[in-house]
Amino acid sequence: MMKYLFARNDEIPPGSATIFFGFSSIFWFVVGTGLGSFNAAKLAFPDWVTGTEMFAFGHMRQVHVLAVIVGWISMAFGMTMMYMTPALGNTKLWSEKLGLWTVFLWNVGLSLGLILLWLGFTSGREYNDLIWPIDLVVIFGVLVPLGINVWMTIAHRQTQGIYITNWFFGACVFMVIIVFLVGQSAELFNLTGLTEGYLTFWFAHNVLGLWITPVAAAIAYYVVPKLTGNPLYSHRIAHLHFWAIIAFYSTPASHHLMSAPLPEWLKSFASVEGVLILIPAVAFVANILLTMKGKWTLFVENMETKFAITGVLLAVPLNMQGGFQQTRAINWYVHGTGWIVAHAHLALLGMSSFLETAAVYFGLQSVLRRKLYSLALANLHYWFFIVGFCIYWISMTIAGLIQGAGKIYEVPYIDVVVAEHPYMIARWIGGTMVFTGNVVWLYNMWMTAREGTVVPQGRYAHEMAYER
Amino acid sequence: MCITLLFPGYDFRTGVSTWVGLDKQLSVGRLVGWSYEDPTVSGEGKPVTVILNKDPASGAAIDPPVRAYVYQAGTPFSSGVNHTGGLGKGVEELSLSLGKIKAANSSQGAVFLITKGEFNGEEIDYVENATATRGWTPDQVLRTGGDANSRYVGKGKTIYISEGCWWCHTLLPEQTQDWQYFGAPPYLGDFNGEMPTAFGSDRKAPDLLHVAARNSSREWMYMHFFNPRLVQPNSIMPRFDYLWGKTDANGNKIDFAKWRAEYSDYLHGKRIYAPEVPEPAANSEVRAVVDWIMTALK
Repeated sequence: MMKYLFARNDEIPPGSATIFFGFSSIFWFVVGTGLGSFNAAKLAFPDWVTGTEMFAFGHMRQVHVLAVIVGWISMAFGMTMMYMTPALGNTKLWSEKLGLWTVFLWNVGLSLGLILLWLGFTSGREYNDLIWPIDLVVIFGVLVPLGINVWMTIAHRQTQGIYITNWFFGACVFMVIIVFLVGQSAELFNLTGLTEGYLTFWFAHNVLGLWITPVAAAIAYYVVPKLTGNPLYSHRIAHLHFWAIIAFYSTPASHHLMSAPLPEWLKSFASVEGVLILIPAVAFVANILLTMKGKWTLFVENMETKFAITGVLLAVPLNMQGGFQQTRAINWYVHGTGWIVAHAHLALLGMSSFLETAAVYFGLQSVLRRKLYSLALANLHYWFFIVGFCIYWISMTIAGLIQGAGKIYEVPYIDVVVAEHPYMIARWIGGTMVFTGNVVWLYNMWMTAREGTVVPQGRYAHEMAYER
Repeated sequence: MCITLLFPGYDFRTGVSTWVGLDKQLSVGRLVGWSYEDPTVSGEGKPVTVILNKDPASGAAIDPPVRAYVYQAGTPFSSGVNHTGGLGKGVEELSLSLGKIKAANSSQGAVFLITKGEFNGEEIDYVENATATRGWTPDQVLRTGGDANSRYVGKGKTIYISEGCWWCHTLLPEQTQDWQYFGAPPYLGDFNGEMPTAFGSDRKAPDLLHVAARNSSREWMYMHFFNPRLVQPNSIMPRFDYLWGKTDANGNKIDFAKWRAEYSDYLHGKRIYAPEVPEPAANSEVRAVVDWIMTALK
């Protein structure tokens, strides 16, 4: 990689940025889920590793969160943008070199940021914990170059229109830069009090709403038609999805602050908009599932489709929960409980990660032009992932309902902790299964790059899955 | 986006600082995340809250005792002193005219008090720069108070943030049930000047906003921080024994290995009592955290 950083742009093989992004994202997924498993073990068995602040829960938890969000999910997005944007514009990536610099700075900045967090250097704001010098690296070293590459590739496209995936990519990179800048404004300009609290949650929720879920959906708009050979069911519905997100998904932050003395109209506004996110959600899920028409056998037979459609199907409970738990009555019951942890993992580990996994499988095979090394290992990965995730999601949902009941019936807190203990163990088992699956995946992709069967020109790797 | 970013801004700034808001920002000081003043996020450059029961200048008794917020030379002032608009209408006017807070200079240090005053016929709390109005110097106040009356609140909140306590504990009691069980809800002006607010969104553990009102035993707190299972066998809180540092209050080295061995014996029934938790030194991080809990979270 180092030799390409200073090479001339046309000397860099097309797809290099995709490959480095792809492997980096899988690596960070292994790191992130490994830390998640470690943290879950600490919640189930608090005396497990003690005596040093390096392995204290409060230090490790934020490293887990950011390794997954910034390392795995966002780098998988970077990877998809590197190969889908040019493919959909019928052109080459605007600058392969800029892409490589982006992935290089991303890995360096993230490693530095996570080590500093681990040591306790934090800005102290949830999901926004990186200190501001690292935030500047994230904005100007990562997001802006990524955006420039995407926008310029779209501008140089050889097609007349902009396909919905590129439409989402271009818009979401722009929005995440704004969200990140606004999220940091409290730290950069010393904003205080409720303004700071509101901005913290505005950032935390909008990273999800304007970056993670829409970009994951954009991946589905590419991957599913590509794998099935069906055209997208409706571009019009896809644009309804996009504009509904813009209209409804940028405001629900204050549902995290229902008990804070924020203006009541703002909380009500957040609730109402929170329910309205059902519009883009239903549009998206219906559009993709209708695209599958006549090709449902691929859900069983094809690895990438299996991952992608699982992700889309998980968007159904995700968005039903999302709209429902933002209403004041339900928020009052579940806020701050394990239910929310389950919901957050449904979004990031369920819907979004399954879609990104499909895209990384598909993209790496296409760019490397190699067939998957082992279908059996990929299946093993799928089942570890889905079963581990379900154990996690169900156990934390139950734990959350226990906690919610304990909260409103004023049960002494420690009794709730005791009641949750079995579910904490289940959570640890589920998380560890996901982690194991990812280790298998990293091995499988590494071997694919080294030893996978070369795919002849004109064929796709996924078409040859069962050919010898 | 425009609606959420621009419109609520009007409401936030019109909130008038309550006593709680003034107390929090004066005792914590400027920022508690990463900054040039405190690059290692270990609580450097923070004010000390001193409970005064006699006047440091004249020696006259003060009853009831007052809280003085001591900013030694070089300690950056809290946001309300630098940006008086954030104090809200009334508090700003009184702090500037009667409190003379603009006369304070952070390179020389200053002592602040929260004083009651009258504005438009209503009694409100405002910030008083006692160095300008009463001639109290930071050194004088620290000497008069002594260690027993000093609370390292600012450093304590920094440790609370850098140890990630807010990943499990919220500082925002929820409507109805918490307000009945745990105490008063927060008001609009309670957060003026505070950063970060550290509300938290996940509750693996109880809300802490009024924790010192529920449990005011410092000894319990020290045992709980050293090893939560000493006082609550089912707790899942991590051990924070490393916050003690290397030596205890008497300057003796803390033998953590020996403590753990004895604790293990206790768990296995070979000892009747758990080993004693060392007395923390005045500059230890745990002392600061407990000072913050006991002083600010009431």
